[in-house]
Amino acid sequence: MALLQLSEPGDSPAPHEQRLAVGIDLGTTNSLVATVRHALPECLPNAEGDVILPSVVRFLRDGNTIVGREALAVQAQDPRNTIASVKRLMGRGLQDVDAPMRGRYDLLDAGGGMVRINTVAGPRSPVEVSAEILRRLRERAEASLGDNLVGAVITVPAYFDDAQRQATKDAARLAGLNVLRLLNEPTAAAIAYGLDEAAEGIYAVYDLGGGTFDFSVLRLARGVFEVMATSGDSALGGDDFDDALADWLHRKASGVDLDCSRSRALLAEARRVKEALSSAPVVTARVPLAADGVREVEVHAQDFVTLTQALVDRSLSPVKKALRDAGLGVDDIQAVVMVGGATRMPHVRSAVAKLFGRQPHTDIDPDKVVAIGAAIQANVLAGNRRPGEDWLLLDVIPLSLGLEMMGGLTEKIIPRNSTIPIAKAQDFTTYKDGQSAMAIHVVQGERELVQDCRSLARFELRGIPPMPAGGARIRVTFQVDADGLLSVTAREQTTGVESHVTVKPSYGLSDDEVAQMLKSGFEHAEDDMQARALREQQVEARRLIEATRQALTEDASLLSASEHATLLTEIEHLEALSTTPDHLAIKAGIDALSAATGDFAARRMDKAIREALTGARVDNL
Amino acid sequence: MQEYYSLFSLPERYAIDPARLEDAYRSVQAQVHPDRFAHRPEAERRVAMQWATLANEAFRTLKSPLERARYLLERRGAPVDPERNTGMSPAFLMQQMEWRESVEEAASDAVELERLHRELARDERVMFDDLAQALDEAADLPRAGELVQRLMFMEKLRREITDALARLEE
Repeated sequence: MALLQLSEPGDSPAPHEQRLAVGIDLGTTNSLVATVRHALPECLPNAEGDVILPSVVRFLRDGNTIVGREALAVQAQDPRNTIASVKRLMGRGLQDVDAPMRGRYDLLDAGGGMVRINTVAGPRSPVEVSAEILRRLRERAEASLGDNLVGAVITVPAYFDDAQRQATKDAARLAGLNVLRLLNEPTAAAIAYGLDEAAEGIYAVYDLGGGTFDFSVLRLARGVFEVMATSGDSALGGDDFDDALADWLHRKASGVDLDCSRSRALLAEARRVKEALSSAPVVTARVPLAADGVREVEVHAQDFVTLTQALVDRSLSPVKKALRDAGLGVDDIQAVVMVGGATRMPHVRSAVAKLFGRQPHTDIDPDKVVAIGAAIQANVLAGNRRPGEDWLLLDVIPLSLGLEMMGGLTEKIIPRNSTIPIAKAQDFTTYKDGQSAMAIHVVQGERELVQDCRSLARFELRGIPPMPAGGARIRVTFQVDADGLLSVTAREQTTGVESHVTVKPSYGLSDDEVAQMLKSGFEHAEDDMQARALREQQVEARRLIEATRQALTEDASLLSASEHATLLTEIEHLEALSTTPDHLAIKAGIDALSAATGDFAARRMDKAIREALTGARVDNL
Repeated sequence: MQEYYSLFSLPERYAIDPARLEDAYRSVQAQVHPDRFAHRPEAERRVAMQWATLANEAFRTLKSPLERARYLLERRGAPVDPERNTGMSPAFLMQQMEWRESVEEAASDAVELERLHRELARDERVMFDDLAQALDEAADLPRAGELVQRLMFMEKLRREITDALARLEE
């Protein structure tokens, strides 16, 4: 098995040099942080010993926030300012938000961009709310690991589109986390499960969380986790079961409109009843009434099944789609792994069992498995790979990416389930004489009509030199990175004129907005922000210097004497800079050394590939 | 841009050993995947993304019998232009129309659609053997180009059948 024998760019460090990294499951209902210590993954608890942080944020008048269990406890007292399930709003415009979420909060249309939530502390973007949750988890990690975190792997639903992924990454940035990777939740679960079982074969992960549903098919063979297909519904989760039950209870009890606070209490009661029904045949619900008091309503398990069977059935259609995309039948699946708290519901389990003709695996804690998998991946990404931990992860993009063509039709550029990272280029031309600009509309989805797909970005290519219609050749290049994030560039080919492109995210935050939020977070502590920026740049400079020195030791032969000397000069220059308190100067030095090492990095990569293939051939003999 | 066969140290031929291709792909990704460089400086991360992107594209191209043929024809200076139907024999154009009609007629008949799908797959296999012969032995590029055009049409038709079957299932 050639994979285990390869030498690595950053060889395994000794235990005392371990670089600390965490995995974070940023869930709709609950969030967790986990890490690998002494070779074992574990979820980190808060001071009270709880590992689960409810994903609930309460905003106070003074701008402070309360996050987690305490916020959850007071949500009925202060429903408008206590935000739960914010994940359902990530990367979404006001018109995308479902009715229950609209009724619960005072939502604002931010000029067609990402929705804002009006709170007592002012309007907040879902990114800022998520950042509050991530900040608490970062503090928790730093309290038990020390404050030298290298970075974090943050999980996202596999079916999240580009805007939702970007929003998650922005939230991490606001929370002061260095994102090593965005990892798909079912893939994280498969890592935790697959490495635990050390089993090879084809696995399916059925992941029904609080607000999102994912289904992935993975092949685990010879140290490679390969996602074969993924599908899902980014607006289907345990929340919908709560909403359906709350609605039913309300109609049974009175049907008279409830105020905000009582309807939140009703929702909490519905959730409690749902959870209790997983292990009891009958549960008595205490349903709040419009006036004071409650009415007791008996709920039988069968009532709940009848109410929500349609939701369960809705999850089965993406399952079939993914199997079809992977070219597999249910018999090809070695095991089905259940992930997410909502898979505790018996009728969800039995529907999956029926479809696959066998019992799904429910033996790992469905609340923790995603965070554990993320921690294992974070540990490897931080450079703490140990012998035997030499697996590789090949993930895919969940939704096709395309462009709007004439007549409102979509032209697919990258099909769904393509292995990432991936790049594709497509040429277009002008349709009018002397046309000097071209509007480019990037969409994501499977449908033929642009209006049925999600709009990701619109931008204009300007400065096309005057040419007859059909004369220009504009090459649009899509690049999807390992986080599943897209960048688009456009260039006119025939004249060699390179035109500049500005991307305006349709439902995202611009860099300026994120910078502004970062700044306002430090409004009362300008010094803090300076200190943090300085520390970050110093750490980055040290990492870069170390890495470059190591590369020079290993591969000096790839450089001419003068190239070698140039790199040494840049290293010395950056070393001198990093002792100053000027974070901007250090940043400039980092950029200079990075630019100087570009060619060298490419040559090293080339050499590594050649050596690896030679090694592989020797193995085959 | 690096040539796909040499990236994987494989001989530039149409006939390919899928197991060897996959081994080579995995060996290359094990070296270049961005996950291996997440803790490394920005310059190395950028190079890793470029190489991993190239490896994925090269693997995808060489793994697909049709994409691989198109790639070889391009390398040999006889690229296939999917927009142009020239070079297709009248007999094939005729058959093309017949197949289309059969698929349209069978629109909601799953059994018939599956039969057509099998029939197409069988015809394609024969044509792929001819293609291998034209590329690796006869070096008959015009012939290979025509086969590729036909196979592209058939693949598209087969995808339409799969889509129709998927719609029936839902």
